[in-house]
Amino acid sequence: MEAATEAGAPRAGRADNGIEVSGLAREFKGGIRAVDGIDLEVRPGEIYGFLGPNGAGKSTTVHMLTTLLPPTAGSARVAGHDVATEGAQVRDAIGAALQEAALDPQLTANEHIRLQGALHGMSKRERTRRGAELIERVGLTDAADRKVAGYSGGMKRRLDLALALLHDPRVLFLDEPTTGLDIQSRTALWDEVAHLSRDEGVTVFLTTQYLEEADQLADRVGIIDRGKIVAEGTPAALKAEVGRPTVAVIPADPSERERAAELLAPFGELVPGTPNGAAARLSDGAEELANIVRAFDTGGVRVANVELHAPSLNDVFLAKTGRSLEGAQAEAAEEAGTGEQPALERSPA
Amino acid sequence: MSAALVAQRGAPPLRIQIKELARRSILRTIRQPAMIVPATLFPLILLAINAAGLESATNLPGFPTDSYLTFALAFAFLQAGVFAVMGTGQNLAEDTQSGFFNRMQLTPIRTSALVAGQLAGTLVLGLFQAASYIAVGLIAGGHIEAGLPGALVLIALATLITLAFGSIGLIAGIRASSPENVQGLFPVLFVFLFLSSMAMPRNLIETDWFREIATYNPVSYMIEGLRSLLITGWDAEALALGFGCAAAILAIALTIATISIKGRMART
Repeated sequence: MEAATEAGAPRAGRADNGIEVSGLAREFKGGIRAVDGIDLEVRPGEIYGFLGPNGAGKSTTVHMLTTLLPPTAGSARVAGHDVATEGAQVRDAIGAALQEAALDPQLTANEHIRLQGALHGMSKRERTRRGAELIERVGLTDAADRKVAGYSGGMKRRLDLALALLHDPRVLFLDEPTTGLDIQSRTALWDEVAHLSRDEGVTVFLTTQYLEEADQLADRVGIIDRGKIVAEGTPAALKAEVGRPTVAVIPADPSERERAAELLAPFGELVPGTPNGAAARLSDGAEELANIVRAFDTGGVRVANVELHAPSLNDVFLAKTGRSLEGAQAEAAEEAGTGEQPALERSPA
Repeated sequence: MSAALVAQRGAPPLRIQIKELARRSILRTIRQPAMIVPATLFPLILLAINAAGLESATNLPGFPTDSYLTFALAFAFLQAGVFAVMGTGQNLAEDTQSGFFNRMQLTPIRTSALVAGQLAGTLVLGLFQAASYIAVGLIAGGHIEAGLPGALVLIALATLITLAFGSIGLIAGIRASSPENVQGLFPVLFVFLFLSSMAMPRNLIETDWFREIATYNPVSYMIEGLRSLLITGWDAEALALGFGCAAAILAIALTIATISIKGRMART
């Protein structure tokens, strides 16, 4: 799928459907600053990927931008309206599919459409027409009269998306929309999001913890860690900033991990994030690979695996925070003490 | 559809919001047999046990009737109230936990519509329970001294009681972090019900502290209001106290529930 435009050039979005955020912060009881003075700008018609580990402040940011949570400092305008003082206008202009598909398991898809449409003030004819169109678009026509309780995770997410789009929003917020989905459902959702931006000019603010998702789908990416934006730009520009490839070597004998690091050190800067081996960001590029293999051979260290990585968004995250995204996830789970997402992120209100 | 059209659409009238949320609440209730069957059957089972085991209580001097079944029938309506607290509270807590509450908040919904909508399912269940208890009571040999008009007033009072308790459920649901926490209220409410004139007329309760608590417990007056229709006929004072207590609880609980829900809807 070719979702992102070149160099993050905005598509022809509808007028006034961008997002402007300045110094936005949210402090919770006990002085916890979940979001710590972030600045960002999402251009009309753009897909903006908001990437970060669990507990980084992604969902809290989305809750503030969707008017569900008042900021404690800073300001934000969505679709031309201030989130703090023009909540009703913001809500009229946005659609949102927040974490976990928020559906009533006892209702059918068509009943959800009816309820949501009526609450948005749509006439019966309007919601029936638009609902049928969206249900078909997300591939739920055959299941539209079945109770949601029997839906798969992917079907729930697709219905969630259809409901978020029902009143024809100009800005769409998707909070980790593909978490827990199989690759097929994930790809289908990516296609739909790309179509919305490309063909309908909808601005999409997408939070994700999946590097691949941000890389493939987003025109521009903001990386957030511990409430602060640590990097922002197009995926290509961010990766170019990190520049050099990384090589990871896993020794056949795990006790030779330190020796492997010694052998790699002359070829570049050692980087963490390879628990069973050692990794280095190569000073002279990928052509060093043959010399590395020779060095390990000469050094008498048998190698189980050698991997050459082109710079990824994980490298960007690593370069900006000193931790890999995976490591940050584990850290967040440990802090939460449950192996799950921290409660703060799950329920910011 | 243009963005301008979206802006023109505006908030729907309150009656539409209430209608659609009530429809959802009723569908949600009738599609969950686990909410209806225990809430209806449990009071009937307890009624059967009490009627079978405590019939001799009618021999006590001053006991108002010779049918303990008729006497105990009123208590079934109050137990339905406890289930109304649980059902309404758990539904709302589920909505907040699942994010459905947030979904509704992102529409131009009004708090009053949300409250009324949530109570609609409770109301329908309450009516069904009241009709079931009257039917089963009559089949089992009970009687309604106030006749058919009395049965209608009985249903009206029972429904008011269910709505009052349902409103308490709304408070519990919006303040609880999960449906399981709402469930934790069940034993507390049951003790509250038992510390009333549910098993014995207040004048026949010999233990002073029990009689004292039962006298201050509004549950006693709601039971006595219902019971008056079953046993005495038309007792204006008992009915006024029964309706008055139920209406007062409804007014207070509904006010607190509305304020709590409004507070939870901390959207800007």
